[in-house]
Amino acid sequence: MTVTRRGFIATAGAVSATLYAPAVLGAARPKAVVIGGGAGGATAARYIAKGAKGAIDVTLIEPTRTYYTCFFSNLYIGGYRSFESLGHSYGKLASDYGVNVVHDWAIGIDRDKKMISLAGGEKVPYDRLIVSPGVDFVDGSVPGWSVSAQNKMPHAYKAGSQTQLLKAQVEAMPENGVYVMVAPPNPYRCPPGPYERISMVAHVLKKTKPKAKILIFDPKPKFSKMALFQEGWENHYKGMIEWVGGDFGKVSEVRPDTMEVVVDGEATKASVCNVVPAMKAGKIAEMGGLTNAKGWCEIVPATLQSRVDENIHVVGDATQNGDMPKSGFAANSQAKVAAMAVRSALTGSKMFPAKFSNTCWSLIDDNDGVKVGASYKPTEEKIAKIDGFISKTGEDAALRKKTYEESLAWYDGITSDMFG
Amino acid sequence: MMWVRRHIYAAARLGALVAPLLAANAASAGDEKAGARVFKRCAVCHDVGPKAQHKLGPHLNGIMGRKAGHTDGFVFSKAMKKAGDDGLVWTDKTISEFVKNPRKFVKGTRMTAGALRSADDRANLVAFLRQYSDKPSDIPEAPRTVPPTSPDLDPKIFAVKGDPEYGEYLSSECVSCHLPGKDDKGIPSIAGWGEKDFVAVMHAFKIKKRESPVMQMIAGRLSDEEIASLAAYFAKATK
Repeated sequence: MTVTRRGFIATAGAVSATLYAPAVLGAARPKAVVIGGGAGGATAARYIAKGAKGAIDVTLIEPTRTYYTCFFSNLYIGGYRSFESLGHSYGKLASDYGVNVVHDWAIGIDRDKKMISLAGGEKVPYDRLIVSPGVDFVDGSVPGWSVSAQNKMPHAYKAGSQTQLLKAQVEAMPENGVYVMVAPPNPYRCPPGPYERISMVAHVLKKTKPKAKILIFDPKPKFSKMALFQEGWENHYKGMIEWVGGDFGKVSEVRPDTMEVVVDGEATKASVCNVVPAMKAGKIAEMGGLTNAKGWCEIVPATLQSRVDENIHVVGDATQNGDMPKSGFAANSQAKVAAMAVRSALTGSKMFPAKFSNTCWSLIDDNDGVKVGASYKPTEEKIAKIDGFISKTGEDAALRKKTYEESLAWYDGITSDMFG
Repeated sequence: MMWVRRHIYAAARLGALVAPLLAANAASAGDEKAGARVFKRCAVCHDVGPKAQHKLGPHLNGIMGRKAGHTDGFVFSKAMKKAGDDGLVWTDKTISEFVKNPRKFVKGTRMTAGALRSADDRANLVAFLRQYSDKPSDIPEAPRTVPPTSPDLDPKIFAVKGDPEYGEYLSSECVSCHLPGKDDKGIPSIAGWGEKDFVAVMHAFKIKKRESPVMQMIAGRLSDEEIASLAAYFAKATK
């Protein structure tokens, strides 16, 4: 008896200083592995560990030690946030929830053996796998651009050094400079993101270089919150921003060496050129054979299980799910459903009906926040929209300020929900 | 039974939160029934409750959080008006201080009532008045986006039994935004809310009698049982 108890305490201590000691001693715990530590992956890891209370061995594979959130990275460019305030560590997931956080790249998934290969050479077995790899860019989608040109023409669409680079470039623009954005085709991460970024760049230029211009070449005929952004640009940045959309906005080539953007045979010289290429699911999804012809992962709506492998769940930007947009909020929402399904599969815990929701806030200028959101439910074929809302044009300043303050509170809420 | 009916009545009538009797501060929060007795002294000049009107003194509906000396339709003393302009807002604390010694707290007030010396009486009075306010100072809620409206809540919703385990699962959707234990700026903290308050508020969102596009959407697809389950969970949640 004494021995057993001592053994128990020793084991509990060894796992980590957490509440979640193994529930069954001696028995091997089922293994849940999560690839990707963003809004989808970090949330999934935390919720599996939190709900299982030690009954599941949870591993999170994420190469970076500090995660910089894509959401609010535009606010850093606009000068509203410090870079540090976007950074989050995985420390609490390890210390408070007992998640085994492995900082490495997953470079392969052997679905037959249920084994993941890491760049460092190690193998990680799983019983259930959650893949939350975010997005990667489609090679050649903007002719002339590749990741080797990203220092000249940054995408800044994965938060980190790219975001810092773009901000520095904006600050170094000449008085009469031209900021060109090559906007992405659908579907892509964070639908209002490019246009919030334009707003933030305009906010900086209005104060420091009022003669500068912003030009957006956009292959889409319309975009998220279009009326709200265009109204805001007219109100706050009159004459500064020109949006060229649809067929007229299709870029045939960019020339990083000469900083030119070619549209309809005509080259435009840019001081800063922000290229946001077409996107697809993060590479590891493709390597694992989880993607379809369009480069995205199809999923079973009620559980986020991959349509090609029931032992793998895919959440977040990498999914082709039906109606939900690619956003941090959506990934966080999907991750909770996937975590519930994984727990249920591994420990028999209760399954409740899946519910999904999303809200995307954008900042246009000081205290001028707008939002769009919707609720969703799973059907057989897709995650289907139930109901939604969007800010209205002509709203008063007090409501816009409130919306902005709501977004600040949400940031604290979701990051705490992701990282503990 | 009385308690329940009164609670429902207050919530329905004011379209608002009633005091969440948080376990932690229930003792110091005062007793509403005792407060009703204390209020009899005030009722000579002040009206409160349904159809309350200004009498010799202003009606006291919605007193909590209100700027002093600025209720529509009542002519205040210069002193009280100035106190409001200088920043006096009625809260549990300021009301208590005021009634403790009115003419000392606001020099030049026309309120002639004598001092209410007993701290218990004052606490009970505040507890009583709080029922008729839509934003009592001890309720963790961000300021409203619109004036209070009557939700016409069906009393049956308060009788629905919730499952806290289901509530815990459902709560995962709430905590994407509602950070527990934080100040209520932007998005209120909802951990520890009283069950009835929670149910009243969520149903008011559901029938769109309370503003907030996000919350109307979220509440709109929750069943009565789901709202009750969330209420049961959050009532006990500390984080």
